[in-house]
Amino acid sequence: MSIGSDELSRIAELARLRVDSDELPALTRRLDDILGMVETLQTVDTEGVEPLSNPLDAHQPLRADVVTEGNRRSEFQSIAPAVENGLYLVPKVIE
Amino acid sequence: MSWETVIGLEVHLQLATQSKIFSGSSTRFGAEPNTQASAVDLAMPGMLPVLNEQAVRFAVMFGLGIDAEIGRRSVFDRKNYFYPDLPKGYQISQFAEPIVGRGEFEITLEDGSTRSIGITRAHLEEDAGKSLHEDFHGQTGIDLNRAGTPLLEIVSEPDLRSATEAVAYLKALHSLVLYLGISDGNMAEGSMRCDINLSLRPAGSDTLGTRAEIKNVNSFRFVEKAIQFETLRQADILESGGRVVQETRLYDAERDETRPMRSKEVANDYRYFPEPDLLPVVLEESWIAQLRSELPELPPAKRARFVSDYGLSTYDAGVLVDSRALADYFEAVARDCGDAKIAANWVQVELLGQLNREDLDITRSPVPPTQLAGLIRRILDDSISGKIAKQVFEAMWQGEGDADQIIESRGLKQVSDSGKLEAMVDAVIKDSPDQVAQYRAADAGKQKKLIGYFVGQVMKASRGQANPGMVNQLLARKLGDNQQDA
Repeated sequence: MSIGSDELSRIAELARLRVDSDELPALTRRLDDILGMVETLQTVDTEGVEPLSNPLDAHQPLRADVVTEGNRRSEFQSIAPAVENGLYLVPKVIE
Repeated sequence: MSWETVIGLEVHLQLATQSKIFSGSSTRFGAEPNTQASAVDLAMPGMLPVLNEQAVRFAVMFGLGIDAEIGRRSVFDRKNYFYPDLPKGYQISQFAEPIVGRGEFEITLEDGSTRSIGITRAHLEEDAGKSLHEDFHGQTGIDLNRAGTPLLEIVSEPDLRSATEAVAYLKALHSLVLYLGISDGNMAEGSMRCDINLSLRPAGSDTLGTRAEIKNVNSFRFVEKAIQFETLRQADILESGGRVVQETRLYDAERDETRPMRSKEVANDYRYFPEPDLLPVVLEESWIAQLRSELPELPPAKRARFVSDYGLSTYDAGVLVDSRALADYFEAVARDCGDAKIAANWVQVELLGQLNREDLDITRSPVPPTQLAGLIRRILDDSISGKIAKQVFEAMWQGEGDADQIIESRGLKQVSDSGKLEAMVDAVIKDSPDQVAQYRAADAGKQKKLIGYFVGQVMKASRGQANPGMVNQLLARKLGDNQQDA
């Protein structure tokens, strides 16, 4: 299995990574190596092996439904780059 | 060509917990921006989620309420996408192993027929924050109070065929979650939001057409209108030989149309993988059994019981079980007055009518069940007629006291004294020689109609207080007697 540069560009965009076009061939080769390793892994017979969702042999503890957090807005907003009227400001996300 | 509409709905239900699904922040609606956003909700480095037991309990109660498979083991996954109101860069959701599996849900349509709608799954997830695009000097404002609010996403099979069915489904779902007490169901505050998946196919076809998804519709009426618009839009495209594009659309209520969301965005690939910060959730059989035993009687069971125990029609029973409070009110009246059918009639016609006119919920009715039952008892023992009872009801609504007090103070007691009634009947007969002659000349069938005139006159003379049954008997006898005498 190998990956094309179109596919790589798409993955980069989804991950919000800027990849220059002259970097693409090298990156494609390296990703192909990784995919090759995954391909090898996929040949392992996993018949009867339960899928692992967490390496710890434990169950999720649950917490009681109680409000324990107070208002710490001013502390949090003192380290934010831009705030107004209690809101965090970010670059405009719709046209 | 005739087209069949195929609809599946995804409902995001906000669960009525005090705190968030993975943090101890409050979920209260309407707080100042970002005052209910903790370090976990803000995705500060090193913060870890801890699952809220109540959110799990509510999800399981929903699953039990629709007889679904309950995931004895369920797993949280990360759904990855970038948006500023999602500070972690992923939403914690469930993918391959949801907490609620396949179930069935029965809806009743207006004609009384029922349909079973498949529920594919329901899973727990966290809500995102809110983006405010109004004027912040060309920037977007972010409020993370809602981030981390527990949601149950309920996914239906593509089993719905029309806007009417979709709305019936949503209303039944809304009623169910209120019965269960797992959500406040407040649609205006976004406690129940709906994504609509809709496609058309030639009538009789088994394969699904290409669908469009309409995101975030938040009222029954808008769901209905969005479906109607989208159905026509797709039909137009198909009729003219075009192809429907699979895309996400928005419903604009002001223009009553759906339109595509920005399409330049690359189709998202959420790259789900198991959330390493949470362990699998394992539910004990005994805990599930305990929840099952504590479930309240739910609408379908209650409706069936109202039909069999009280002899109500399926339609009437359906109206009365719409909310738990209404069903309880009706049962209190029925038990107290001893006649369920009359109780059902009064609750549905007079009480609900008045509540609707004043836009009140049953829990805020100025007339308590005991008072309504007291009124019905006076109809049943012939103290007042149904017509007078409506006057008494009006007075009770205005807070003038219970039925007996109002009947007494307004002098509304029905006249059942045969001497008094006879005098009234005689007077009316005497004053209406023309009508009497007409009556006597008529055949038996016509007489039945003509007697209405005399009854009306007697009721008028008695200001509505004459016992109508006795008046009818007296009139029939007197008019008949005279005829024989003549």
